[in-house]
Amino acid sequence: MLLKKLTEASGVSGHEREVRNIIIDEIKDYVDDLKVDKLGNLIVFKKGKENPKKLMITAHMDEVGLMVIDIDDKGYIKFTTVGGIDKRILISKPVLIGDKKVPGVIGSKPMHLQKKEERDRAIEIDSLYIDIGVDSKEEALKFVNIGDYISFDSKYTEFGDNLIKAKALDNRVGCSLLIELIKEIEDVSFYGVFTVMEEIGLKGAGPAAYNVDPDICIVLEGTLCYDVPQIDTHLIPTRLNNGPAISLIDRTTIFNKTLREKIAEIARSNGIPYQYRKSSMGGNDSGKIHVTKEGSITATISVPCRNIHSPTSVMSKKDYENTLRLLKAILNEYKKGEFISGIQ
Amino acid sequence: MDTKEFLKKLCTGYSVSGHEYSIEETIKLGFKKYADNINVDKLGNIIIIKKGQNNISKLKIMIAAHMDEIGLIVKSIEKNGFIKFTNVGGIDPKTIIGQEVIVHGEKPLFGVVVSKPPHLQEASESEKVPKLEDLYIDLGYDSEKLKEYISVGDVITINREFKELKNDKVTGKSLDNKAGIAVMYESLKILNKTKHKADLYFVCTVQEEVGLRGACTSTYSINPDIGIAIDVGFGSTPELPKYETIDLGKGPGITIGGTIHPKLREKMVEVAKEYNIPFQYEVSPSSTGTDADVIQLTREGIPTLCLSIPLRYMHTSVEVVNIKDIENTAKLLAFFIASISENLEGLLCY
Repeated sequence: MLLKKLTEASGVSGHEREVRNIIIDEIKDYVDDLKVDKLGNLIVFKKGKENPKKLMITAHMDEVGLMVIDIDDKGYIKFTTVGGIDKRILISKPVLIGDKKVPGVIGSKPMHLQKKEERDRAIEIDSLYIDIGVDSKEEALKFVNIGDYISFDSKYTEFGDNLIKAKALDNRVGCSLLIELIKEIEDVSFYGVFTVMEEIGLKGAGPAAYNVDPDICIVLEGTLCYDVPQIDTHLIPTRLNNGPAISLIDRTTIFNKTLREKIAEIARSNGIPYQYRKSSMGGNDSGKIHVTKEGSITATISVPCRNIHSPTSVMSKKDYENTLRLLKAILNEYKKGEFISGIQ
Repeated sequence: MDTKEFLKKLCTGYSVSGHEYSIEETIKLGFKKYADNINVDKLGNIIIIKKGQNNISKLKIMIAAHMDEIGLIVKSIEKNGFIKFTNVGGIDPKTIIGQEVIVHGEKPLFGVVVSKPPHLQEASESEKVPKLEDLYIDLGYDSEKLKEYISVGDVITINREFKELKNDKVTGKSLDNKAGIAVMYESLKILNKTKHKADLYFVCTVQEEVGLRGACTSTYSINPDIGIAIDVGFGSTPELPKYETIDLGKGPGITIGGTIHPKLREKMVEVAKEYNIPFQYEVSPSSTGTDADVIQLTREGIPTLCLSIPLRYMHTSVEVVNIKDIENTAKLLAFFIASISENLEGLLCY
């Protein structure tokens, strides 16, 4: 299963190789051009019916994770975060270190021995460490090196009514959608770009957009979802099972109104449920893409993910299917040519 | 079955305090081959009996390891497949955030503890530890469907794989105190090949984590001459002072303190030295926080000992023990039992 393979692979920002290789394997027989650029972005071209406006669809390959920064004399591994991680989700979790995927755990002080003030305060990352079972630094160095990337150890699991739990749904879900589009869409010209290092500052997207120089770009994402009972409706960024989320504004982009309205209209006319992403927090590759060269107009379409940036992210298969349907409908409109006429 | 295999079975099963019956069969199956008799009492304690040889004076030794584990319990079923929960036993809320869990209802249901994404948090929020009552578990069904599968009062465990780390160490949930059950298992295996006078009562006790309850009734009914509790002790880690901990890989901790019979403890140390079994001291001047505390005070008082298996990150779902420590604790326990002759008077007098 594609999403299982993609989410169980390690691809912490700056070290996307394993994910990129899976993607290349999946799509190489379905594209007309494929290249890996100097930063590691994977850029492919599907040749079909020409459209005067160049379309690029992107998904970032990287995930948030950790990196080894030191090993102490007893062989305990100190680490730092790569990308935005709530330090509180790290405690009492298993991890995998480096390309050999050495298993380790992040423990914490037994509650029996915590002082009152320790019980109520989150533990700082610099007080945490990973235990791989070794007893000395020399021994640890046989398995782990400073600079090794660390990912959460979390298996792809289906549960409930059509839900999926996995790590890295942000943004393997976007990768999976783009792979399926590349495989299934015939007779439309577009660029597919799998970017690197989104989670550490949208680093891959700019050079990739410079290279492709698109007129229109659709960014595929897994996005914030926090829809527990008893919170005010306006504080809910997206809801699970309410369909693909179309972005309005985030910290990096004010999304083009004509394009997002066009997408919403395509959803409505095809009977596809959709919602707006109602938070202005967070950002994505669009932030760099829409200001590259002379600029382009961008939209972001996301699959809502609860517990994003954690080992236990949750998404709905229904949302995934509806997002894929919407994307196909968009490409179908784009193929007709007039898709673009309303856009200045 | 070897120690690791049995321990894995115990840890991947579940036995939240008061609901230990779920691993009763696993334990019985494991011990059956080496026991003369196995009983289960009214509270659910599993009592594994092995008779001694020529035990004219009816000497009885009780060995207790609790089989219950800390966990969570369903408090209410809310909208959209979410539930509210609280703790059973000592749960640090810090260890619950972002976990995957199993709710043990009509059928086991997978779920995750939901947390607010960092993007939506206020700056100060990430410094705080949420209260358990503010957290939700997402089970992914609508509430009607959910009510078919689970009920208020169902217990919940963290979904955690049992895994091997380097240097004979293993990690998983509930090694506190499945490691203790594994010690009894290994010890009984040795005692099947070793002569011992006393009749042995290996008790897998219930409800230790919520107040040492199973040990209370089982000790009363067995009324042993000597009681030995097997539990886990705080393993040394960088953030803990050395004097609070015992080291992994250096053998069992032999507890010293008011709960422990001093002469018997000296005998335990003698046996360890005689057989070259590594050991450490664990000092608990008042209470040990283990079944030993209630064993000692049963009826008119029972001479009691306590052995601790060093364990890191107690009461998290990534506890770590060294298999060698389990084996050495089992050896020490077995050889100590074998060394007890009929005449206890000298050994027990102050």
